[in-house]
Amino acid sequence: MTLTQDLLAQNHIQLNSKVPQGSIDEKWDNYKADMKLVNPNNKRKFKVIVVGTGLAGASAAATLAELGYQVDAFTFHDSPRRAHSIAAQGGINAAKNYQGDGDSIYRLFYDTVKGGDFRAREANVHRLAQNSVDIIDQMVAQGVPFAREYGGLLDNRSFGGAQVSRTFYARGQTGQQLLLGAYQQLARQIGLGGVRLFNRTELVDVVVIDGRCAGIVVRDLMTGEVASHSAHAVVLATGGYGNVFFLSTNAMACNVTAAWRAHRRGALFANPCFTQIHPTCIPQSDPSQSKLTLMSESLRNDGRVWVPTNSNETRAAHEIPENERDYYLERLYPSFGNLAPRDISSRAAKRAVDKGLGVGPQKNGVYLDFADAINRLGRDVVAERYGNLFEMYERISGENPYDVPMRIYPATHYTMGGVWVDYELETTIPGLYAAGEANFSDHGANRLGASALMQGLSDGYFVLPYTIGNQLAPMLNKPIPGTDHPEFKRAEEEARQRFNGYLAINGTRSPDTFHRELGKLIWEHCGMERTKEGLETALREIPALYDEFKTDLKVTGDGDSLNQTLEKAGRVEDFFELGMLMCRDALDRNESCGGHFRSEYQTDDGEALRDDDNFCHVSAYEWTGDPMKAHLNVEPLEFETVHLATRSYK
Amino acid sequence: MSNTIKNLTLKIWRQDNPNTQGRFEIHRINEITDEASFLEMLDILNDQLVHEGKEAVVFDHDCREGICGTCSLMINGQAHGPQRGTATCQLHMRKFKDGDEIVIEPWRASAFPIIKDLMVDRSAFDRIIESGGFITSNTGGAPDANLIPIPKTVADAAMDSAECIGCGACVAACPNGAANLFTAAKVAHLNRLPQGQSERYKRAEAMVDTMDEYFGSCTNHGECEAACPKEISIDVIALMNKDYRKAKFANRKDLARD
Repeated sequence: MTLTQDLLAQNHIQLNSKVPQGSIDEKWDNYKADMKLVNPNNKRKFKVIVVGTGLAGASAAATLAELGYQVDAFTFHDSPRRAHSIAAQGGINAAKNYQGDGDSIYRLFYDTVKGGDFRAREANVHRLAQNSVDIIDQMVAQGVPFAREYGGLLDNRSFGGAQVSRTFYARGQTGQQLLLGAYQQLARQIGLGGVRLFNRTELVDVVVIDGRCAGIVVRDLMTGEVASHSAHAVVLATGGYGNVFFLSTNAMACNVTAAWRAHRRGALFANPCFTQIHPTCIPQSDPSQSKLTLMSESLRNDGRVWVPTNSNETRAAHEIPENERDYYLERLYPSFGNLAPRDISSRAAKRAVDKGLGVGPQKNGVYLDFADAINRLGRDVVAERYGNLFEMYERISGENPYDVPMRIYPATHYTMGGVWVDYELETTIPGLYAAGEANFSDHGANRLGASALMQGLSDGYFVLPYTIGNQLAPMLNKPIPGTDHPEFKRAEEEARQRFNGYLAINGTRSPDTFHRELGKLIWEHCGMERTKEGLETALREIPALYDEFKTDLKVTGDGDSLNQTLEKAGRVEDFFELGMLMCRDALDRNESCGGHFRSEYQTDDGEALRDDDNFCHVSAYEWTGDPMKAHLNVEPLEFETVHLATRSYK
Repeated sequence: MSNTIKNLTLKIWRQDNPNTQGRFEIHRINEITDEASFLEMLDILNDQLVHEGKEAVVFDHDCREGICGTCSLMINGQAHGPQRGTATCQLHMRKFKDGDEIVIEPWRASAFPIIKDLMVDRSAFDRIIESGGFITSNTGGAPDANLIPIPKTVADAAMDSAECIGCGACVAACPNGAANLFTAAKVAHLNRLPQGQSERYKRAEAMVDTMDEYFGSCTNHGECEAACPKEISIDVIALMNKDYRKAKFANRKDLARD
């Protein structure tokens, strides 16, 4: 009996993925053919809450409102346009095959399953690849100014883990342009009254009544007021939890609170240890640094990654002769070269720096060199492709990448894990959905570049509007609990007490100092490389630090007005609990796959060693009141179309 | 290589809420690495303030990569500070020197009421977009993306103004508190593209009329362009004015044939 079967027998909750019948390319069509519909005039009788206004949230809210549902959208930002999708640089994948280079829906599906190291659900990934082509059409119709060829057709470039050019882009600001497209579509609905927007409002709890999600409890960040909202369905499109590491490429406000509060109310949290470390970020320059900045993966189309062969190297980069440079990605992975996937490139950089071959004042980076590209293409072409990224690099580092190579090092960027959802993107709480980075579904153990934007928009534009309708149809004209229900009142009171509690501790340390320390522990023990010993250390030290948080936290100001320190305290507490679950998951998963690399499980040449007999499953954790004692439920993964194989990019 | 900057005096605007009087508060930073960003300096100050039992300075910020447009500080009277084409979050302390006095204020514009300390309410920008800053195209009905070729020059010009991050520096820098650069950047983005033609004049009219409800009038100072972290050209304002004039005064029946 394998471990997967053994664990399956111990499931408290039978995880029904609800994958439709049929061959892989028929499943989504079969689903749509069978689903229940809500007649256009009846849609206005249903209210849907969408939390988060990034790509997934804005596209879902706008589309649901266009269909006629009453939508309430919530964001903790001042405007929906601030969501962190805006910071995605490089591009969005789609199987358009506009370049005629052999791309297809099947190939995008295959690349994504393989890129995820065979830890994603096949049916979801295939649907994603199918939807990808419609996303590009939809975004062009919204006025997204994608890059064009001189003849006026759309241009593409290549991203890691693919041998075709299927990435659409808008300079180095693809996320910005896509988000603005979705935001404008949402803004139109707000103007028309189809969506009510609640800005500067943060979710603080999810309310479940009679086994169904009845609504949410929110806190008005301007006044501290806690209030409830009820609905027929609730969508969490609240992003990932990369900020658990404190230093990451996430925006400062990104947090796990919405997903975590849903988890505490019964939503299973899947694969928390699957986090992505992006290989090309600007290395940390000083200890007070608050965040790390990503340099788009697209730079690896023309930049060459190398380190000196001598660890005592002191010469400037351009003085080091070719034969004393190690272009290690080209050497180790000749068929993908500098475009090897993110997990593989990150670990290769770590190995080089760990060997003492790092570059820069703190020897904590590797070179990403454009000298060859500038010689081959000319400075103007390089500027055209990457000009704004080069400027950003110069503003932050003070160095000009046209003259000296960039220095880069991996940093936390994305989290593949998240709230467990079935094929309909419904969580284990009926009526509660999770979309975009907040769910776990499509990227397995590693996400390929330019696939996050694709997934957010696929979920919001082309999945939820169908699946929510299918679930709502039977609820027509049936009453739902209002916000005067005692469960809402109880959740509101708990939230008030929680925030008053932070103010009452009156210790000595700000939430930020705890967050920084927690992040350091997690980076050290549950970052790019994990060991049993390290994870056990983390699982001892995090609870101790958490206890200190509960007794020595200091939050100044009050709870009845805008108080950013208080907001932060709530987010940091949820990161503590999530951090424990992450380490626990990493410790339980005795294999290496994708972004989860356990040094005990590697091949002779240092690549991830999967254990398909025992770990070909999704680990979905159930809240039991103590994150250290979460109950593990598993969903076995079956690969019917893409056969399990060792993932090789050589 | 990193250096240390010493003896900075920060004069920071503090205001409890929209209805109370604000005041400057003086804080000293004894030393800080020049690798730190401007906002990291405020983080350090805030940690110190909380430690001393005082309320942290409220300021808006998020991505710290110059793209979300959340950060918004007047630094020594300049929107986003001294570095051209740079949002506050990308400004680094290497732009300052020992002994500098740095005055930090919120955006000052009647359309952007102060919420607290350095944070302002910019939702008037959202109202402008809601009135017409979009292309009507419901999800599901779009034709193939390559159906309409768009000349590279047109796509590039649209992108130049689509880069606007909606931070509000243009309004803060304008002596009249006008939002013409913000509004025109969106009008130019959409009105330049073939997809935007159907609503071209309706869009210009609705957005300008909404803008006028909240913001002051443009008198061609050009301060907005100088302050814009994305260096968007004021040429877009001419394009917006042209379309607005056509929309308002030309015979509407002729517009369809224009």
